[in-house]
Amino acid sequence: MAVMNMIEAINSGLETMMERDDNVVIMGEDVGYFGGVFRATAGLQEKFGKTRCFDTPISECGIIGAAVGMCAYGLRPVPEIQFADYIYPGMDQLISEAARLRYRSAGEYTAPMTVRSPVGGGIFGGQTHSQSPEAMFTHVSGLKTVIPSTPYDAKGLLIASIEDNDPVLFLEPKRIYNGPFTGYYDNPVSPWSKFAESEVPEGHYTVPLGKAKIVREGDAVTVLAYGTMVHVAKAVVEEHGIDAEVIDLRTLVPVDIETIEASVRKTGRCLIVHEATRTSGFGAELSALVQERCFYHLEAPIERVTGFDTPYPHSLEWAYFPGPVRIGEALEKIVRDLKS
Amino acid sequence: MADEKPKSNLPPLSLHVPEPNFRPGDTVDYSGLEIPAAGAQARPDINTKPKDMRDMVDDMIRVLDDDHAAVGPWDPKLDDETLLKMLRTMVQVRTFDDRLHRQQRQGKTSFYMKCTGEEATSVAAAMALHADDMCFPSYRQQGILFVRGYPLTEMVNQIFSNKADKLKGRQLPIMYSSRELNFFTVSGNLTTQYPQAVGWAMASASKGDSRIAAVWCGEGSTAEGDFHAAMTFAAVYNAPVIMNIVNNQWAISSFSGFAGAERATFAARGAGYGIAALRVDGNDPLAVYAATRWAAERARTNQGPTLIEHFTYRAEAHSTSDDPTAYRSAQEREEWPLGDPINRLNKHLIQRGVWSDEQQEALDAECLEAVKEAVKEAAKNGILGHGLHQPFETMFQDVFEEMPWHLKEQAAQANKEREIKWPS
Repeated sequence: MAVMNMIEAINSGLETMMERDDNVVIMGEDVGYFGGVFRATAGLQEKFGKTRCFDTPISECGIIGAAVGMCAYGLRPVPEIQFADYIYPGMDQLISEAARLRYRSAGEYTAPMTVRSPVGGGIFGGQTHSQSPEAMFTHVSGLKTVIPSTPYDAKGLLIASIEDNDPVLFLEPKRIYNGPFTGYYDNPVSPWSKFAESEVPEGHYTVPLGKAKIVREGDAVTVLAYGTMVHVAKAVVEEHGIDAEVIDLRTLVPVDIETIEASVRKTGRCLIVHEATRTSGFGAELSALVQERCFYHLEAPIERVTGFDTPYPHSLEWAYFPGPVRIGEALEKIVRDLKS
Repeated sequence: MADEKPKSNLPPLSLHVPEPNFRPGDTVDYSGLEIPAAGAQARPDINTKPKDMRDMVDDMIRVLDDDHAAVGPWDPKLDDETLLKMLRTMVQVRTFDDRLHRQQRQGKTSFYMKCTGEEATSVAAAMALHADDMCFPSYRQQGILFVRGYPLTEMVNQIFSNKADKLKGRQLPIMYSSRELNFFTVSGNLTTQYPQAVGWAMASASKGDSRIAAVWCGEGSTAEGDFHAAMTFAAVYNAPVIMNIVNNQWAISSFSGFAGAERATFAARGAGYGIAALRVDGNDPLAVYAATRWAAERARTNQGPTLIEHFTYRAEAHSTSDDPTAYRSAQEREEWPLGDPINRLNKHLIQRGVWSDEQQEALDAECLEAVKEAVKEAAKNGILGHGLHQPFETMFQDVFEEMPWHLKEQAAQANKEREIKWPS
C-alpha cells in the first residue's frame, strides 16, 4: 500500500495498465512531456516513450476520432480531454461513432477506449472549467459513464474502465484531486493522506463498473450522490445528526439499481445530490427510477439538490454550488415527519 | 432599432451566397472549365517535398487522351489482365447499382445509393492498394468491396436488411462493414471516418507495421470540422494515410461552391497543411490508379499523407430519396467533358486490341446474371418489412459487450409486445 491523492492514484492506474498492455496509449493536450495540466500523466512519456504517451493538436474531435481509428487497429487508447467543458467538439465522434461502433458493425468493430476528463467546479474555473456534463453522456446508448470519489476507487475504476471492451467516459471531480471536500470552501483542505481511502495498492486491482458503494449506513433516508458531492453530502448528514444512508454511485451507466432499490426500500426516503444543472440532470433519471421501483415504500417525496440552471458563475461560484445549506434544508425537509 | 439604417457613410456590405452556373432547363456550357491535356502533367519523384509540388493542386492528372491511348509520365503501364479486371469490376459495380436501385423502387428495401460515374474513384483506387491496407469509405465506395471480393449475396442481404444480414438489420442499406476485408463500418454521419483513418494510420506507424490507411469523403463534407482535424493530425504525425476527396460537384442539391470550390480546388487544401496533394481526373481510371499508387508508395516509405482530389461528376441522384431534376440541368451529365470511366476504359482496351464491343456486351450480360442470381438468393432470406427479419432480442445486443440490466428489461418488454401483437 502507498498513500496517494487522487491524481497520484490515476497516474498509478495509467502506469499499471501501460506496463501490462502494450496497446494502451495515452494522448491529449499537454499530456506528454509536461504530464498534463493536472499532472495526471506525469512521468509516463519519460517511462514509456513518445509513441505511448503523446501530446495532440488542440482538437477534441481529432483526439476522439483518432482514438476510434486506433481502436479499429487494435489499440486501447486512453485519451484525455483537458476539461470536460472542452469535450463538445468531440461529441459526435464519441456519441455517433465510438458508442455505436459495436452495434452498427454487429461486433466487427469496437471502441475499447477510456476518455478521461476532469469535471466540476469549486476551483474558480468560471463557466468553461467547471461544468458537470455527465447527463449528456448518460443519455447515450453504448457509452458507460464513471465518476470516482476517492483515490482507491479512482485507480480501481480506471483500471476496470481501461480493461472494459466498451467506451467509457471517466470523469474526475477535480475539486477533490487533493483532498475530500466537505462543502465549506473557506476551510483549509484536508489532504487525502489524512483519510483511509488514500491507501492505494501498488500494481493491478479493479473496482468493478456498475457497482455502487454504501459509504455510510443509515435508516432515515437514502442519499444518492457521486464524485465531489459524496463527501459534501456525508459531511452535511453528520452535521445534522441524521441517520442517512449515503450511496456513492461510482458508475452512472450502468447504474447499480439493486443497491439503490434495497436502500430506498429500507429507508423509505430518497435525496439525490449532484453538482450539475438541474433540468434533465442525472438526478431526474434517478428520481424516475426510484419512483418507478420504490413508490410503495416511499414515505416522503423524492428530493433533488443540484446546481442551478445557469452557467457556472465565477465570482458567485459558492452561491451556485449545492453546498451545506441547500443540502441541509432538503435533508431536514425530507425527514421532517420522522422528527415530529 | 432593427429597421434603422446604420449612421455611416461607408458603403453597405453585401453577403455573397454562391449560385451554380446552371439550373434546370439551362443550356450547359463547360468552356470555362480548365481541362489540361492528358499526359501533360509531370510526375514528381515520390520523395518530393509537399512545398515543391504545389502546382499539382491546380493541375489535373490525366492519362487517357482523346484517342483513348494511355500517355505521359503518369501512365501506370498496367498489363492487359489488370486493366480487364478493372473494367470488369467497374461494370459489376454499375450493374449492381442499377439492379439494386430497381429493387428499392419495387419496394424491397428502404433506400439505395448509386455511385454511377464515380466507379473509378473506388475501384481503381482500391486496386492500387494492398488487400490488407485499411479502407475507411464514405457511403459511395462500394467499389472497394467488389475489388476485394465481397460476396454479392452478402451485399444484397445487407440492403434487404434480412435475417441473413451480417449487420443484423441495424444499418441503413449500403452502410456495409467487413473487418475481414479491411473495410471499416460505414457511418451515416459525414467525414467522421477522416480522423479515424488517421488514427488507424498513426497506430500502424507506432507499431512499426507496413500497412497504410485510405479514406474517402465527398467534396461537400470537406467543410466538416472532422476533415480539418484529420488534416492537422495527419500532418502533425506524418501519418501513412491517403485522403481521397471525391469531388462529384454536388452534395445533394448544394453545388461544390458551398464547400468553397469558387475560390480554390479541393486539392489546394493540402498546401496549407504542408500535405502533398494531387488533383486527378476522377473519370480516368488509369490516372486514379497512378495517383493512388504514388501516394501509397510515399506512405509506405514514411513520407506521410497525401490528399487526392478526384474531379468527377455524380451522374445520378444523391440517393433514392433525391430528385436532381429539381435543382440541376440534365445537360450537365450529358455534356460532362471528362466522359464516363467505364466507356473510357472500354475504348482504351479496344484501342489496345484486347477488347471488343461483343466482349463488352457479353460482360454486361454476365454481370447482370450474377447480380440477378445474388438478388434471388438474398431474397430467400427475406426483404425489408416482410417478417423475415432479425429476432427482437438482437435489437438489444451489441449495445455493450454484456447486456446491462436496463437493456435486459427493455428486451423483455419488446418480446412481450411481440407476443401481444403476434400471439404464438
